[in-house]
Amino acid sequence: MSEAPLVEIDAVQFGYGRSLVLKGISMRIPRGKIVAIMGGSGCGKTTLLRLVSGQLKPTAGSVRLAGETVHELDREGLYRLRRRMSMLFQFGALFTDLSVYDNVAFPLREHTDLSEAMVRDLVLLKLEAVGLRGAHNLMPSELSGGMARRVALARAVVMDPMLVLYDEPFAGLDPISMSVVGSLIRRLNHALGATSILVTHDVVESMQIVDYLYFVADGRVVGEGTPDEIRASATPVVHQFVHGETDGPVPFHYPAPDYAADVGLADAAKEPVHA
Amino acid sequence: MLDRVKLTLGRLGHNFIDGVWRVGAMTRFFVQVIAASGTSARRFRLVMREVYFTGVLSLIIIVVSGLFVGMVLGLQGFQTLQRYGAQESIGVLVALSLVRELGPVVAALLFASRAGSAITAEIGLMKATEQLTAMDMMAVSPMSRVIAPRFWAGVISMPVLAAIFSAMGIFGGYLVGVVLIGVDNGAFWSQMQAAVDFRYDVLNGVVKSFVFGIAVTVIATFEGFDAPPTAEGVSGATTRTVVSSALTILALDLVLTAFMLRGDA
Repeated sequence: MSEAPLVEIDAVQFGYGRSLVLKGISMRIPRGKIVAIMGGSGCGKTTLLRLVSGQLKPTAGSVRLAGETVHELDREGLYRLRRRMSMLFQFGALFTDLSVYDNVAFPLREHTDLSEAMVRDLVLLKLEAVGLRGAHNLMPSELSGGMARRVALARAVVMDPMLVLYDEPFAGLDPISMSVVGSLIRRLNHALGATSILVTHDVVESMQIVDYLYFVADGRVVGEGTPDEIRASATPVVHQFVHGETDGPVPFHYPAPDYAADVGLADAAKEPVHA
Repeated sequence: MLDRVKLTLGRLGHNFIDGVWRVGAMTRFFVQVIAASGTSARRFRLVMREVYFTGVLSLIIIVVSGLFVGMVLGLQGFQTLQRYGAQESIGVLVALSLVRELGPVVAALLFASRAGSAITAEIGLMKATEQLTAMDMMAVSPMSRVIAPRFWAGVISMPVLAAIFSAMGIFGGYLVGVVLIGVDNGAFWSQMQAAVDFRYDVLNGVVKSFVFGIAVTVIATFEGFDAPPTAEGVSGATTRTVVSSALTILALDLVLTAFMLRGDA
C-alpha cells in the first residue's frame, strides 16, 4: 500500500498523574478502512481516541493525522482539523435542549452558510440513512438508547468527515440495535469513503465489521491483525479476551492483601485447635 | 495535641490556597468569556434565547417578591413614621430603600437562587453527559456557544429584573400606604418624586445591579464549567453557586455603597 496512512500513532506515552496508561504505543490507520482498538476496561482505549482528536496531548511520541502533528496544532489549527473529523460518544452526547432534527443540523448551521431548505434536505437525508427520518421531531429524552446512538451517528456524519472516531458504539445496546449500529458504521464508512476508528470491547460485533484490529493491554499493543488473525492469535491475553475465558493472564481479582488477614482470620488459622 | 494543631493549620492553609486558586481560575475564566463574546454579538438571538430562560422565567419570583417586600416596607415604615407625624413620607422611604439597596440586592439574591443555580446545573450536566466535549469535537467552542450567551443574558437581565423588583415594591408600598392605610395619594407620589434623585439613587442602583449581574453569572457559569462530571459534583457546584453568589453580592454591595456615598459626599 503506497498511500500514507491517515493516522499515525508513533511511540505514544500518556499518563494521568504518575500512572502511565499508554507506554509507547504505535499504530497505523490506513485511509478508507475500519480499524478497531480492543482491550479490557481501563487499558487506555478511550485515551487513545482523545489523543487522536487532540483532546489530550501525549507526554512522549506523536500522533499525526492527515499529515499534521495533532498536539503541535494551536486551537485554530485543531478546530480546522476537527471540521474534517467527528466522534460518536459512548452515550451519544446529544444536545438535550435540541430536537433530533436540530441536533443533526447543528454542525451544518455552525459551519456552513447553507440555506435552511438545504439544511433540511441534508438532515433528512442523514436521518433516512440511519432509519430515523420519522423521528426528526422527537426530543433526545424520547429516544431509546439505540435510537439516540443512531441520531448521534447521523450527526457525526452530516458534514461528510474524513475520519470518524467511535467510542464504545455498542455499549449498552440490545442485540438488534447492536447489529443495526454495526451495519450502519460499515455502510456509512463505505458510502462516505471515510476512515473509522472503533474503540470497543465487543468482540463479536466488531469482528464482523472491521478490517483490522489492534489489541491493547497494559498500555502496549499486544496483538494486531485482521479479524481472522486475531481469532487465531496464540498471544495468551488476546486469546483469553477474544474467547471470553475467565482464567488467564488477566486476573479476576484486583490486587489485594491476603484474604484471611483482611477478614481477621489469619491469627485464628495459626492457633492450635483444642479438643 | 500538637498533631491536631498541625492538622488544623494544614487544612486551613489548604482551604486558603484552594480559595485563592479558585478566585484566580474564575478571573481567568471571566477574561476568556469576554474574549469569546464575538459569537454572542454576531448571533444575538443566542443571547435573547438565554434572556428568556434566565430573565423572563425569573419574572414571577421577582414580581411577587418585590410586591411583598414593598408591602412590608409600607407597613413597617408607616408604623415608625407616624410617631413623628411624617407618615406622608412613606413613599420616599419605600422608594429610596428599594431603588438604592433592596431592589438590586434582593433581586440579585433571587436571581442567583433561581437563574444562577439553573445555569450551573445545566452547564454541569452538559459537561457530565459529554455535550460540551461533543461540541468542542465539532470545532464549536463551548465558551462561545454556551457560556458567553448565558453570561451576557444574565448581565442584561439583572438590571431589568432589579428595576421590575423596585417598581413592584413601590406599587406594594402604594397599596399598603395609600389604598389600605389612607395616606394622601398626591403626597405619596410628589414627595417620592422630589426626594429620589436620578443620578444618585436610580443610576447607582442600576450600576449595582449591573455589577451583581456580572458577578452572579460569572460564578454560575464558572461553577458549572468547573463541576466534576458526576451527580455529586453538579449538586455541589449548584450549592456553591448560590452560597458564593449571595456572599459576593453582599460584599460587593458594601464596597459599592461605600464608593457611592463617598461620591455623594
